[in-house]
Amino acid sequence: MGIDRRKFLKIAGVSAMLGISGKAGFELLAPGDVEASVKDIPLTTANKWGMVVDMHKMTDTVLEKCQNACHTIHNVPDWNNPRIEIKWNWSETYEHVFSEREHEYLDEHLLEKNIFVACNHCDNPPCCRVCPTRATFKRDDGIVVMDPHRCIGCRFCMAACPFGARSFNYGDPRKAPAEYNPDFPTNPDYPTRTKGVVEKCNFCAERLAKGQLPACVEAANMQEADTIIFGDLSDHSSNVRRALREHYTIRRKPELGTGPNIYYIV
Amino acid sequence: MFDGGKIWTLLLIFLALMLFPLWYQKGDAVPAPEPELTAAAKEAGKCVESKEFMTTQHMKMLDQWRMEVVRDGERYYTSTDGKTYDKSLQLTCMECHSNKSKFCDKCHEYAGVDPFCWDCHIAPKESE
Repeated sequence: MGIDRRKFLKIAGVSAMLGISGKAGFELLAPGDVEASVKDIPLTTANKWGMVVDMHKMTDTVLEKCQNACHTIHNVPDWNNPRIEIKWNWSETYEHVFSEREHEYLDEHLLEKNIFVACNHCDNPPCCRVCPTRATFKRDDGIVVMDPHRCIGCRFCMAACPFGARSFNYGDPRKAPAEYNPDFPTNPDYPTRTKGVVEKCNFCAERLAKGQLPACVEAANMQEADTIIFGDLSDHSSNVRRALREHYTIRRKPELGTGPNIYYIV
Repeated sequence: MFDGGKIWTLLLIFLALMLFPLWYQKGDAVPAPEPELTAAAKEAGKCVESKEFMTTQHMKMLDQWRMEVVRDGERYYTSTDGKTYDKSLQLTCMECHSNKSKFCDKCHEYAGVDPFCWDCHIAPKESE
């Protein structure tokens, strides 16, 4: 340390006058300290994370791999019961995903195609607006996350989400049938959830913080490069923006005005 | 007073029964538990902060950590001695204190507190 209160106030005052604050202020007090303390800490940041899914490359095997990767990493149990199933990402037929764009003469390949769906991390998320405890909220980097510590299980968010991206824990995930979850919890480094809370895709916020790509993106691109492109939508030169410039893309239910951030190349 | 003897006797018996937990336990108070440190924790010598601070403030610290990580995305804690730690119960705390039943539970049971951390967070597997 080596700096007393009086000296600190003096420097702070002078810095404020000169318009130096924040990191610059620290530099003045203890040169190099800030760099030293945050060095070697990988933290990937963006202003608005987004995803572009290339449906030409998205096959059923890739879809399965995406879901497996995600559900293994996040300890999502398999209840083997569609009524209480929990899903962070899953696949759905074209007519269900893009119901407003479906018509009877549509290309068969498209009609029969299973499409990758997950939370859209909307610009204007209705789930966050209805949450009475602010357990779900939008982060500065655009990710809509769940804080299960605060969730009271009212399920307003599930009613509000037009994409069905949220699942409710009707039972304790650790009591999910063992025959379908032989080695649950599959990832000892990530918490499970508990009975009575809602959960959903978090764009792998915990992986992004370590400088890793989301699990589904990693799994999909292992099969074929750029099946799912993930990056910063606010950056003009980013990979996602390039993909959006080069291809015609659609989003789910844009007419609702929620501003989904998963784009599909059809 | 009529039947004074009977009343007093019964009153004494009643009091003796009511205060049974007090006189029965007298003199042998349960000693405060000593949480056991793992070899890894002993070797490290020091937790993220001083022992006194951790004993009295760990619950507040964990609460603050969880708020900062989940809500603000601030994942790293710089301790007073300048070291940086991942703010994670499961990954940082339990890495050293991998003996939940002999470390966490011992005091929690004694104090009669039942934190719901482990409803979701996964405690490390303990051998034995």
